[in-house]
Amino acid sequence: MSREQLAVQRARKSFHTGKTKPLEHRIHQLRSLLRFVHERQKEIADAVKKDLGKSEYATELFETIGLEGEINLALENLAEWAAPRPVEKNLLTILDEVYIQPEPLGVVLIIGAWNYPWAVTLQPLIGAIAAGNAAVIKPSEISSHSAKLMEELLPQYLDKDLYPVVTGGVSETQELLKQRFDHIFYTGNSTVGKLVMEAAARHLTPVTLELGGKSPCYIDKDCDITVACRRITWGKFVNVGQTCIAPDYILCEASIQSRVVEEIKKCIKEFYTDNPKTFEDYGRMVNQRHLKRVVALMEGSTIAVGGEVDESQCYIAPTVLKDVTGESKLMQEEIFGPLLPIITVSGVDEAIEFINDREKPLVIYVFADNNKLIKRVIAETSSGALLANDCLVHFTVSALPFGGVGNSGMGCYHGRHSFDRLSHLRSCLIKQLKMEGVNSMRYPPHTAKKMSWARFFLLKQFNVSRMRHLALLAMLAGLAAFVVQRFLR
Amino acid sequence: MDSHRQAVDRLRSAFHSGVTLPEKFRRTQLTNLMSMIKENEEQILTALHKDLGKPKFEAILSEIDIVLNELHYAISNLTSWMQPEYVSKNLATKLDDCSVRREPFGVVLIIGAWNYPLQLLTLPMVGAIAAGNCVVIKPSEVSAATDSLIAELIPKYLSQDCYAVVRGGAEETKALLQIRFDHIFYTGSQSVARSIMQAASVHLTPVTLELGGKCPGLIYGRINITAAARRLVWAKFFNAGQSCVAPDYLLCTAATRDALLPALSQALEDFYGKEPQKSPDMSRIVSLRHWSRLIELLGKTSGKVVVGGERDQEDKYIAPTVVVDVAEDDVLMKEEIFGPILPIITVESVEKGIDFVNRKEKPLALYVFSDESSVVKTVLEKTSSGGFCSNDGIVHMTLPTLPFGGVGASGWGSYHGRWGFETFSHRRACMLRGWALERLNGLRYPPYSEDKLSWLRWTTSPKSCTLM
Repeated sequence: MSREQLAVQRARKSFHTGKTKPLEHRIHQLRSLLRFVHERQKEIADAVKKDLGKSEYATELFETIGLEGEINLALENLAEWAAPRPVEKNLLTILDEVYIQPEPLGVVLIIGAWNYPWAVTLQPLIGAIAAGNAAVIKPSEISSHSAKLMEELLPQYLDKDLYPVVTGGVSETQELLKQRFDHIFYTGNSTVGKLVMEAAARHLTPVTLELGGKSPCYIDKDCDITVACRRITWGKFVNVGQTCIAPDYILCEASIQSRVVEEIKKCIKEFYTDNPKTFEDYGRMVNQRHLKRVVALMEGSTIAVGGEVDESQCYIAPTVLKDVTGESKLMQEEIFGPLLPIITVSGVDEAIEFINDREKPLVIYVFADNNKLIKRVIAETSSGALLANDCLVHFTVSALPFGGVGNSGMGCYHGRHSFDRLSHLRSCLIKQLKMEGVNSMRYPPHTAKKMSWARFFLLKQFNVSRMRHLALLAMLAGLAAFVVQRFLR
Repeated sequence: MDSHRQAVDRLRSAFHSGVTLPEKFRRTQLTNLMSMIKENEEQILTALHKDLGKPKFEAILSEIDIVLNELHYAISNLTSWMQPEYVSKNLATKLDDCSVRREPFGVVLIIGAWNYPLQLLTLPMVGAIAAGNCVVIKPSEVSAATDSLIAELIPKYLSQDCYAVVRGGAEETKALLQIRFDHIFYTGSQSVARSIMQAASVHLTPVTLELGGKCPGLIYGRINITAAARRLVWAKFFNAGQSCVAPDYLLCTAATRDALLPALSQALEDFYGKEPQKSPDMSRIVSLRHWSRLIELLGKTSGKVVVGGERDQEDKYIAPTVVVDVAEDDVLMKEEIFGPILPIITVESVEKGIDFVNRKEKPLALYVFSDESSVVKTVLEKTSSGGFCSNDGIVHMTLPTLPFGGVGASGWGSYHGRWGFETFSHRRACMLRGWALERLNGLRYPPYSEDKLSWLRWTTSPKSCTLM
C-alpha cells in the first residue's frame, strides 16, 4: 500500500471512531493550531523567507494574522455554526421538528499552493476541523521549506491520524487523487483544477476549486489617481505579484496613462526604495521556472518602469508596461509576477467589453469616485468578487465569501463559509406516529372529494409564523377530527 | 449536434443582452410557467398516465401541486431573494460597504429524470429562472409522452430566446455535454453522474447531482405498528416504488417483522384493494426494460416472497411485493431497487442496524420508525444521509424550506425553495471602499515595522468591532 493510501486509510479509520463529532475535540484541535501559529512564528517566517524571500513582517501580515483571526472566529462561533438550524414549517408539520443539521463530510483532501503556503493551506484546514472532518493536507512542493516544516511540526500539535501532512510532487498528488475523499479543496491554477475535478468525478467527490485568472483593474480618469495608484501598487507588488487576487492588469483612458505610470513609479520608490533588490520588504519569484516564464511575457511590450532582472537571485524589479495590447504575450495568461501592464481603453464601456470578452476573473477592481460607474461595472460584469477603490482587502472580511466563478473557481470559503462548505447540511423532519387521521388524506383509494381537500391542505403554503400557534393547533385538531369523521367511517 | 449548439449560442446572446436580469422578467417567466401547468393540467395528467400509469391523484400531488407550490413560493419571495446581503465587517473596513450579491451563472443545463418527469425538470427550472439564468432543458426520453408534451408547451409559454428544450437519448446528451455550460443540474443515476461530472470538469462547470441509492427504513423500539405500516406502504408503493426517496429496504428485529407483515398487508388492501392491478391508484413500471430488471431480481433473490409477487408483462405491472429472509449480500441489496419490491432484513438491534447502514453508501434519505425518541436520536446521530425523516417517508422533501439533496454517493448540492435559487446563483462578494482614511492604509504599506503590525492586528480583528 502506498504512503498516500495509508494516510487516507488511517484518517478514515480515525474519523469513523466518531472522535471528531464532539465540539470539545474540534475546539481542542483549533486551539492547538493557534498555539502552533504563535509558538512557531519564527520558524514559519524563516521557511517563507527561504521560499519566497519574504520578510518576517510580511509573513506575519499576510500569512499568520489571517490564520489567527480565522481560528479565533471559529472558536467563538463553533457552537452556533454546528447547532441545528430550524426552518419555517408548513401547516402539516406544525407539530413536528423541522431543522437542518450540519454534519461532517468525512475525510477532506486539502491541496495547498506555494504563494502563501501557510495561509492558503491552513485556512481551509480550519474550516475542515471546525466542521468535524478529518483532513489530509498536501502542501505545495514548490514552497519546499514551508512544506517540510509543515510536515515536521504540524503532527506535534494536531492529531496525527486525523490530520496527516503528505508531502510530495506531481506523482504523489496523483496518487492521492486516486483515493476516495469526501471533499477535495484545491487552490491553484485552472489547468490542474480541471484535472482535480476529473479525478474527483471518479468517486463523485464534491470539490472546491480556488483558481485564478487575470483580475482586471479599471481606473476612472476622474478619480483620485494618486490614492488609487498607491493602493494598486501595494496590491500588485505584495509577494512580488504572486497573489491570486493581485490586480493583474490596468485598464484606463489614454489621457491618464502617463500620470498613472508616474504615480506608480513614485509609490514603488516610496515602498521599496530606489533599489528594491536590496530592500528587505521586497520578495523574490518562487523559482527559476516561474521567473523565466514571467520574463518571457514582457516580450513585445514597452517597459515604462523597472524591467531589471537578476536570474541568479530570482529577482524581477517592480515593472510597469504601457500601451499594452489585448493580443500581447502579457495578456495570454495570468501574470503572477511583478509586471503591471496598462491597456488603454476609450472609457468604461470599452473596459467592460474587454473584461467580458475574457474568462470570469477571481476579482475585478474598479477605482472611481462615481458610484454610478461602479454600480454599472458590478451590474454588467461577473467575477468571484468585486472590490472598489482598493486591492486585496476583501480577503480580510471573513463574512464575505471568498471564491471564484467560471474559470476562476467553484465554491467559496472564509469564516462561516468554510464551515458550511465542508459540512453536509442534512434536512431533518422529526415526526411522531400520532395524528394518523390527518395523513389519511393522502392515502388511496382516491375520491374526487378527498382530492380537493388534500389539494387544499397537503401542500398549501401558510405563513405559519404569522398565525398564532394555538389557533393553528385548534385548526389542525379540528381538521383531523373532520377528516376522520368524513373519510374513515 | 449543430442544432444544440445553435440553441445554446442563442441563449448565450440573450443572456449577454441582460434580458433575464430584471426582477420583472423573471417574475413574468415564472408566472407563465405557472399558467402553463394550470392551463394544461389534463394533458399533463394524460401524458403521465401514458408514461407511468400514474394515478391521477399521485400525479396531482407529486407533479402538479408540488410544482405550483414551488412557483408560488418563488414568486412571493423573489424580491427578498434578489436583495444584496449586507455583512459584518472588521474595524478597518467599518466605513465600507460590504455585501454579497446573488448573480446568475449564465446558461445552465437541467437534465430531468423519468420517474417524476415534470417535477424533476420544473422544480430546478424554478430556481434557475428565479436566479436569472437562461436554461437548456433536457427532459428524459424514457418518459416519452411527457418529453413530447414539454417540448411542445415550453416554447409557447416561456421566452424562446432564453429557454430551450433539447431532446434525445444517450448519444444526443453526450454531444450536448461537450458544449460549455455555466452550471449543470442532473437528476439520475450515479454512473451517468460520473460521466457528467467528467464532462463538466473540461470546462470547470459546477454541477448539482441529485442521485439515489438505497434509502433504508429502520424500525426499532416501541412502535404504533399500524400507523407505521400505513406510512411505509404509502411511501414505498407511491409511483410503484420508483421514487429516489422511497424506502428501499427495511431493517428490524424478527419480532417487529412478524408484527409488521400483517399490518403491511392490511394497509395494502386498504389502499389498493384485494387486486392492486385493478386499482386506479396503482402505478406501472416505466418501461419493459425496467420491468424485466425487477422481475429478474425477484427471480434471483434468495429471500421469500410473502406478499405480492404477481406480475403482468404486457401491462408492465408488478404487484406490491414484500420479501423476507433477505441476506445482506442478496441480489436485492446490490443496487437501488426502484420498484414495488420491499425487502425486510432482520437485524436484532438498532446498533447493529446502524452498523449495517453505515457499511453502505450514504443514502439520499434515511428513515426511522419508532415511538421512542431516543431511538430516533441515536440513528440520526450515528448515520449520515442526504435527508432524514422519522416516522414517515418522502414528506420531508415537500417542504420548500428544507434543502433537498444527497451526500456522498447520493449526490452533491441541493435545491427546493430558496436553496434552488442559491444553487443557480453565484454569490459575489462586493466591497466598496471610500477614498478617505488613506493615512490609515499607510499602516499596511512597506517599509514594514513592528508598530505598524500591531495596529493592523488590532484593526483587522473581528473583535475590535465590539468596542465601537
